[in-house]
Amino acid sequence: MATQTQERRLAFLATALPPIAWVVVFFLAPLAIVWAYSFGQNASLTEVDISGTFANYARALEPLYLGIFAKSIFVAGITTLLCLIIGFPVALAIVFASERWRPWMLLLIMLPFWTNLLIRTYALIAVLRTEGYANFTLEWLWDRASWLMTLVGLQPLGDFTPLQLLYNNFAVVVGLVYVHLPFMVLPLYAALDRLDKSLIEASLDLGAGHLRTLFSIVVPLALPGIISGIIITFVPALGAYLTPDLLGGPDSQMIANVIERQFKKANDWPFGAALSFLLMYATFAAIALRAYLSRGKPPEGHGI
Amino acid sequence: MAQRRAPLEYNRMWQIRIWLFAVFFFLYAPLVALIAFSFNDSKRNIVWRGFTLDYYRKLFNNQDLLIAFANSLTIALFATLIALVVGALAAVLLWRYRFAGKVAVEGAFTLPLVVPEICMGVSMLLFFTRVAPWPNNLIWPLSLGSIIIAHVSFCFPFVALVVGARLASFNKEQEEAARDLGANDWQAFRDVLLPHIRPALIAGGLLAFTLSLDDFVITFFTSGPDTITFPVKVYSMLRFSVTPEVNAASTMLILLTIVLMAIMMVMQSRAQKAKG
Repeated sequence: MATQTQERRLAFLATALPPIAWVVVFFLAPLAIVWAYSFGQNASLTEVDISGTFANYARALEPLYLGIFAKSIFVAGITTLLCLIIGFPVALAIVFASERWRPWMLLLIMLPFWTNLLIRTYALIAVLRTEGYANFTLEWLWDRASWLMTLVGLQPLGDFTPLQLLYNNFAVVVGLVYVHLPFMVLPLYAALDRLDKSLIEASLDLGAGHLRTLFSIVVPLALPGIISGIIITFVPALGAYLTPDLLGGPDSQMIANVIERQFKKANDWPFGAALSFLLMYATFAAIALRAYLSRGKPPEGHGI
Repeated sequence: MAQRRAPLEYNRMWQIRIWLFAVFFFLYAPLVALIAFSFNDSKRNIVWRGFTLDYYRKLFNNQDLLIAFANSLTIALFATLIALVVGALAAVLLWRYRFAGKVAVEGAFTLPLVVPEICMGVSMLLFFTRVAPWPNNLIWPLSLGSIIIAHVSFCFPFVALVVGARLASFNKEQEEAARDLGANDWQAFRDVLLPHIRPALIAGGLLAFTLSLDDFVITFFTSGPDTITFPVKVYSMLRFSVTPEVNAASTMLILLTIVLMAIMMVMQSRAQKAKG
């Protein structure tokens, strides 16, 4: 039956070729070019000579850029930690919510995730700027406090000076937590949902308190999911561009902002390419770490 | 005596309730304020001065913004259609066949999910300026080609994920039965497999559409002066000034996203009902 094997072969090729060709030409090839550029140097305004030099990587290791890398890792780390602290009780509440409420709570967590990143960042600008809602609320509280002081016969508080909440590192961390919280809650939810609840009941029955149960039963059992959540949050936070760009000040640049500048204003594409690949290596290291830590365990599905 | 509750009813603990309320307030208050102040009759975004639709009127007279919106919808439509074909084929390929280098191919298909957006953005910039320059004098929908290609590259893995999950529940005997009854490969695919994965195609398509519509970073690197998309336009607007017009534009996009999500969820629940 030569024709049938031929037909099978044709079906395989028709299935395999389009996606493989697409990913090679329109994804891997562009990345390979960036990689090649990272070993090049500017020959003229628009030409790059790929000479195999390591100068770009050497420059990336200068204290200035190492500092920005360290800072990006630090900011992404703080963001991840805050997301974990804020998100864990939320995930726990969703797991133990009634059948009726659970889908709605999941929807409420996911809805901002589907809302445009730019719009969410813009919404935060309106909250944090000096004449924004946060300062507005603080001023109102300040005035009430001042009024209370005079009521009990004390000197009123002075004029309210708006806090500088925007265009600094604080704003960047708030923005990153705001944007990445769903990335943490969903894997945590997936892990906690699979937990055998009778173990928690047993622990409580045997006299452990809620906190002790949490730290000696729930956390160890949900550890793979917690690690997943940490990596899934950390990786996009590390490469964040828009949040530090719009909410940050001159000293809160992250690595993605430096890369963008090399490709636009500074016009040093080889150096930008080297920084891009260093960011990629850092990302892959984080993902490899996750695979290493969860080895031997069944793959888990996330509801994203 | 304290109110009695079962040990695992964490949701009835007041600490958890306050925590949940605070988190959802943190997530939604900025968005609600943004939407509310798009109807505010004042340039300043902070004090409520009365209801107006002025900024929506301005929006519909803002030629640049309308063009950007049309560009975004066109890009999302074409990117979704191509991503559906590429993503579905990728899922079928990994599900049905064993072949040399399968692990590498699988890795390549998931790579766009993990590569940082900025890296993908600069790779597309390099590709479309230095290696395969996209002609810049093409007529309208074709001029968006480079952005469409970039969007397909990050959307199709999501389609492949959704379709792959659906394929896992497919009973291969159905397809064999079709063949026994005389269908060829193509007929078996069209009449048996395709109907089975249709809900996943719809869900994956809506997912791709939303992702494409929302993308800023990658588009920022591939769009030229004549190919501005909606998020890129909003970005430049809010770089200059924060006006209620930006709020109105954002509200429209949020609304569109919610509608798309609602359709996606209805489709999913319908598919689940059909299955169960």
